[in-house]
Amino acid sequence: MTLLHVEGITKQFGGLRAVDNASLSVPPGTITGLIGPNGAGKTTLFGVISGFIPPTAGRIVYNGADITAHPPHRRARSGIARTFQIVQPFAGLSVVENIAVGAYLRHAKRADATRVASDIAHRVGLGAMLHQPASALTVAGRKRLELARALATAPRLLLLDEVLAGLNPSEIRDIIPIIQAIRAEGVTILMIEHVMQAVMNLCEHVYVLSQGRMIAEGTPQAICTDEQVIEAYLGHGAAGQMQAHA
Amino acid sequence: MKISSVIAMAAVLLALVGVALFGPNTAINFLVTALIVALAAQGWNLLGGYCGQFSFGHAAFFGTGAYVTAILQSRYGVNAWIGCGCGILAGAAIGTLIGWLSFRAGLRGSYFALITLAFAEVLRIAANAAPITGGGTGLLLKLDMRAANFQFASRGTFCLIVLACVLAVLALTTWIARTKRGAEFAAVRENEDAARALGIDVLVTKLRAMALSGAITAAAGCLYTQYFLYLDSNIAYGSWISVESLLAVIVGGIATPAGPIIGALALHALGEATRLLAGRITGIDLVLFGLILVAATAFAPKGLAGLWNAAQSRRSPRA
Repeated sequence: MTLLHVEGITKQFGGLRAVDNASLSVPPGTITGLIGPNGAGKTTLFGVISGFIPPTAGRIVYNGADITAHPPHRRARSGIARTFQIVQPFAGLSVVENIAVGAYLRHAKRADATRVASDIAHRVGLGAMLHQPASALTVAGRKRLELARALATAPRLLLLDEVLAGLNPSEIRDIIPIIQAIRAEGVTILMIEHVMQAVMNLCEHVYVLSQGRMIAEGTPQAICTDEQVIEAYLGHGAAGQMQAHA
Repeated sequence: MKISSVIAMAAVLLALVGVALFGPNTAINFLVTALIVALAAQGWNLLGGYCGQFSFGHAAFFGTGAYVTAILQSRYGVNAWIGCGCGILAGAAIGTLIGWLSFRAGLRGSYFALITLAFAEVLRIAANAAPITGGGTGLLLKLDMRAANFQFASRGTFCLIVLACVLAVLALTTWIARTKRGAEFAAVRENEDAARALGIDVLVTKLRAMALSGAITAAAGCLYTQYFLYLDSNIAYGSWISVESLLAVIVGGIATPAGPIIGALALHALGEATRLLAGRITGIDLVLFGLILVAATAFAPKGLAGLWNAAQSRRSPRA
């Protein structure tokens, strides 16, 4: 049983094949990682899964149904929430208003949406900044806001696109338990991440994308010693050199 | 809301009712015109201020409301009140149609503004040519001052009705801003991609704003018809109303419920004063409007309402 099944997704931008026949599955209740060097096509694949980018070929199956043709807002309503790598706050609104926009998806009343929004703000550590404008937040604060807004839609599947990038080590230490707590509540997570500390700590299963292709998958430990993965990151022949030095 | 703001609003309201009841005809004429523009501007504010879609063509809604009201009465003998109801519905319909055509094509920002201008101009030229609108000679409604005809012997009564409409839309706007729909408008204004990711159908949200905005501005057109009983294509679909409705909002305070009313009253008062002082220089008030727009965007981007709020929070920094 899988919650999300990505089958043979290809995305062609003119002459550039950003994603090339990539497949992955996310079992319910797990945290699955998606890693790969810069420009590998991870964010493009996320865009396809969340409905922002139409694929050239392939299909997306969510909860047993083919959702390839569904627009983003419909996927959000069916329980797929995403964060943006480049944060997209509603800059003119306050923190709690930002989160409430997400909460309105499941709560029609203002009082309910605001209450849910302020609960979630406290959970992700934005409780002290409820009424500040979103534009006043630091980078770390904006990343938390992305997470809070996505959570407010009460998702079944949460797509996290580099929520840890740009944070310092102590900020990363603060956020990791929050992500673990989200999973503990039964939300399935698929995350793109560069911070290996987080990938090792959080993910049960990791997929590696390089130049648009899925080149490896496995447990984080297995991935770290995989020759193809090392070469994708460090260049051709790097795996051999590392073994020679070891 | 602060006590001082409530007192200020009550005082303004009292003064307006006072003018409507006891003022001379010239003052009432001034007030009716300013309030009709305020109503049109309230429509603009819902779409431009709350939903972030700037239109240069609100004349399309104003004129449609005005013409539907006038044509139904003069050509088909429909009751004036029913005619106005149809005019408002027609405004909502034309708003939805223009919105559907432009937003489905992905037009945003200045492209959307330009296409709305184009729609209003096409309607103006069509109204100038079509026989049903009376073409260049315009349409004259029969003078028949009975309440059943939506015509009143007393200008003051009509003024109070316009004021009631403006206040009703003020209440409606304040209420919408506090609901789920209002949050959707704000989300679409601030960031469309983020709105989509949170389950908001951006196209439907924009069409809702267009329909509502079109209906409100069309209501202003209906009231114009009923007060002046004359219409031609340059009044109905002329760019004057498009410009005044956005100017009133920007000067008064964008995305604030009272902004369009403050702006329309301030602009019209200033326009009248300039005409009195400068005498017969044609278009001098328009020159002044241009200068005010530049000054407002440069020095008071939140308009008069923003200046008032800033002054209030300076006086009581902790409130």
